[in-house]
Amino acid sequence: MKLFKKAKTFHGGVHPNEYKELTENSAFEIMPNPAQIIVPISQHIGKPAKPLVKKGEEVKAGAVIAEPDGFVSVPIHTSISGKVVKISKESNVSGAPKHAIIIKANEENEVELMPSLNPDTLTPEEIRARVKEAGIVGQGGAAFPTYIKLTPPEDKKIDYVILNGCECEPYLTRDDRFMLERSNDIIAGLKLAMKALGVEKGAVGIEDNKPEAIDVMSVAVQDEPDIEVVKVKTKYPQGAEKMLIKAVLNREVPPGKLPLDVGVVIQNIGTAVAIADAVIKGEPELTAALTVSGLGINNPKNLIVRVGTPLADILEYCGGVKDNAHKVVVGGPMMGVAQFDFAAPVMKATSGILVLTEEEIKAHEETPCLNCGMCVGVCPLKLTPTKLARYAQLDKIDEAEKLGISVCIECGTCAYTCPANIPLVQWIRLGKERVNQLKNDKKSA
Amino acid sequence: MDYTLIIAIATMGGLGFLFAGGLALADRKLRVEENPLIAKVNDALPGANCGACGKAGCYDFAVNIVEGNAAVNGCPVGGDETAQLVADIMGVEAGSAIKMYPRVLCRGGNSEAVSKLTEYYGPLSCAAMDIVSGGNKMCFDGCLGGGDCVEACPFGAMIMNENGIPEVIEELCTSCTMCVQACPRDVIEMHPEDRNVFVFCKNHDDPKKAKDVCSVACLGCGICARKSDGGVEMHDNLGVINYDKLDQNLIPFDKCRTGAIGHLRKAEESEN
Repeated sequence: MKLFKKAKTFHGGVHPNEYKELTENSAFEIMPNPAQIIVPISQHIGKPAKPLVKKGEEVKAGAVIAEPDGFVSVPIHTSISGKVVKISKESNVSGAPKHAIIIKANEENEVELMPSLNPDTLTPEEIRARVKEAGIVGQGGAAFPTYIKLTPPEDKKIDYVILNGCECEPYLTRDDRFMLERSNDIIAGLKLAMKALGVEKGAVGIEDNKPEAIDVMSVAVQDEPDIEVVKVKTKYPQGAEKMLIKAVLNREVPPGKLPLDVGVVIQNIGTAVAIADAVIKGEPELTAALTVSGLGINNPKNLIVRVGTPLADILEYCGGVKDNAHKVVVGGPMMGVAQFDFAAPVMKATSGILVLTEEEIKAHEETPCLNCGMCVGVCPLKLTPTKLARYAQLDKIDEAEKLGISVCIECGTCAYTCPANIPLVQWIRLGKERVNQLKNDKKSA
Repeated sequence: MDYTLIIAIATMGGLGFLFAGGLALADRKLRVEENPLIAKVNDALPGANCGACGKAGCYDFAVNIVEGNAAVNGCPVGGDETAQLVADIMGVEAGSAIKMYPRVLCRGGNSEAVSKLTEYYGPLSCAAMDIVSGGNKMCFDGCLGGGDCVEACPFGAMIMNENGIPEVIEELCTSCTMCVQACPRDVIEMHPEDRNVFVFCKNHDDPKKAKDVCSVACLGCGICARKSDGGVEMHDNLGVINYDKLDQNLIPFDKCRTGAIGHLRKAEESEN
C-alpha cells in the first residue's frame, strides 16, 4: 500500500525537462578496456593520494598505485594492467589540470582482487577497513571518502541510513539502471553500511518518475522489516542530502550543519553497489558507471567504464558526436562541468557525460536583475540568490556571509529559473571562495 | 498686540544661547589635546585613503608618522613630493623612497596564447573565470585578460591593450598594489622601477605542453639558469629570477626560444 501514498518532498525546487527516456531502458554495457588510462591522484575531496609507482613500472589491474595521504584521502588503484608512461599534470573533468598517472595497457586482462569476505561475520571495523582499502568515494558527485562517512564522531547518535535513489538531475539514468539490475547488491551494500554504523533503520528514497525501480526495490526489501522504500516527488534538487532527509524523515538539517547532526547518513545508490562489490567480490573501485546521453550523441548508453578512460574514447564508443553538438558536460546538466579537452579522464565519481545541442542549452543574453524574486522562491535552502550574487560581484563578502552564502549547495536551481539569465551560481561560488580565503587569511594572521 | 512672534523669537534665541553656552563649557572642560602636527601631516597627504601605506587611511597614517610608528616616506601614492612635505613638518630628512611599480609578468595575449576549442560563457571577470575552467585560454597560470586589475585601479593607471594584456601607465601609478591583489593568477608583481629584466611567464607546464599552450611561454629548458650563475633558478619548469645574484650580462637572452626572459623596456635592450 506504501506506493499509493502521496510522494514526499521539500520546499522550493524546479522540474526541468527530464530527457531520461534517451537511456532509461538501455541496460548497462561494459566498455572494452581503453589503450591508455589517465588516473588522477585526486579523485576525492581531501588531500591527493601519494603516487607509489615510477615511470616505466609494470602494474597489474587492481594494484594500488597511490596511497592515501592523511585522514581525508583514499588509495587509488589502476583499472588496467600495463606500464606507467609518466606522472604529470593532465586535463581533468573538474576544470583545472591535476596530477595524474598515465598507464599504457598491455595484453593482460586479469584483475588482482582482494580476498572476498562474508558480510554476515564482519565487524564494523572490518567493513570500514575494506571500504577504505577499496578506495570507495561517494558516487553522488562530491566524491567524499566513504569510509569517513561510515566513521561518525562518537558524540553523534546515528539512527538512519538513507540510500539516495532520487537521481534528480535530468538525463542521468545510472542509479535507475543500478536499481533495476542490481537491487540485491544495493540492499547488501546498505546493510553493510548500517552494520558499520550500528544503525537499525534504513530507507531508500526514489523519485516517483521511476515506478519500475520503486517496484523492484520494494520486492528486494520484502524480507527486510527495517528497510523501507520511500517514494519522493520528482523535483530538482530532491537528491541533495538535506532535501532528501526533509522528504523522507521530515527532519530539518540546520544551516551549516551536516546530516550527521540529525542522526542520518546518506549514501548514493552507486556507493552501495561499490561497498557490496568491495566486500563480497573483493573488487576495489576500478570502474565508473555512467550515463552517456544528450541529443548530440549518436548512441546514448548506460556504460561501465574503467576509471581513467579518456572522454574521447567513450564518445567514440557511443558512435561519436553529431554535427549539431554544442557542449559536452560531465555530470548532470544542472551541476555538471562543461569540458574543453576530451583527453580528460573519467573519475571514480563521474556519473554522466552529456553531449548537448544548441536546442537543449539555449544560451541567452544576460540582462539586468528585475528583482522579481523567482530565485528566492525556488531556492531549496531559502536563501536570496540574487542578493548573494550581487554582494559577491561587489566583493562585499561580509554582507554575503551574513545572508548565509556558505550554506549554498550550488544546485543551480536559481540560475535555471532566472528570467534575466544571470550566472548566479558562478558569482555565488566566487563569493564562497572569497569567504574561505578571508577565513584562511584570518587564521594565518 | 500679538506677542506670538516675539515669544517664538525669544524662546528660540534663549535656547540658542543656552546650548551655545553648554558647548563653550564642554569645549573648555572636555577638550582632548591633539598633537597639532597630526592635522598638518594629514593635510600634506594626498587624502585618497587608499590604504597603500598599510594603514587604515590617511589620517591613521598621519597619526602613525607623528607617533614615530611610520616612515615619513611611507606613502607610495604621494611619492617624493609628499615625503619632502611631511619631512619638513616633522623636521627630519625625507630620504628617497625607491618607487615600486606593478609589472605584468605574462605576455601571452590573444595573439600568443592558444585558445580552448570551446567558448567561455559567463561573467568576464578574471576571478569568476578562474573558478570555472579558467576562461578561454589553454594556459592555467597566465593572464586571463578579464581586466580585474584595470577595474581595481583607483587611479586609472591600468589599461587593457589591444592584445588583451594589461599595461601600467607609470605616470599615473601610485604603487597602491590594488592590481596585484585583484589578480587571481598572481601574474602582477611589484618591482623597483629600475629593474628591467624579467621572466614574462608564470606557466609551470612541462616543456612539451607549455609549447602547445602559448608561443611566449617559458618552456623550462633551463638554459638561462645554467648560464646565469644563480641569477635564475628553475622552479617546477619555470625560470625565477633571484635579483640578489642577477648579472644581466650572463643571461643569454638570444638563446631563449620564446623570449620569455627579456627586458621590460625595449630601448635599453641594445645597451646591454
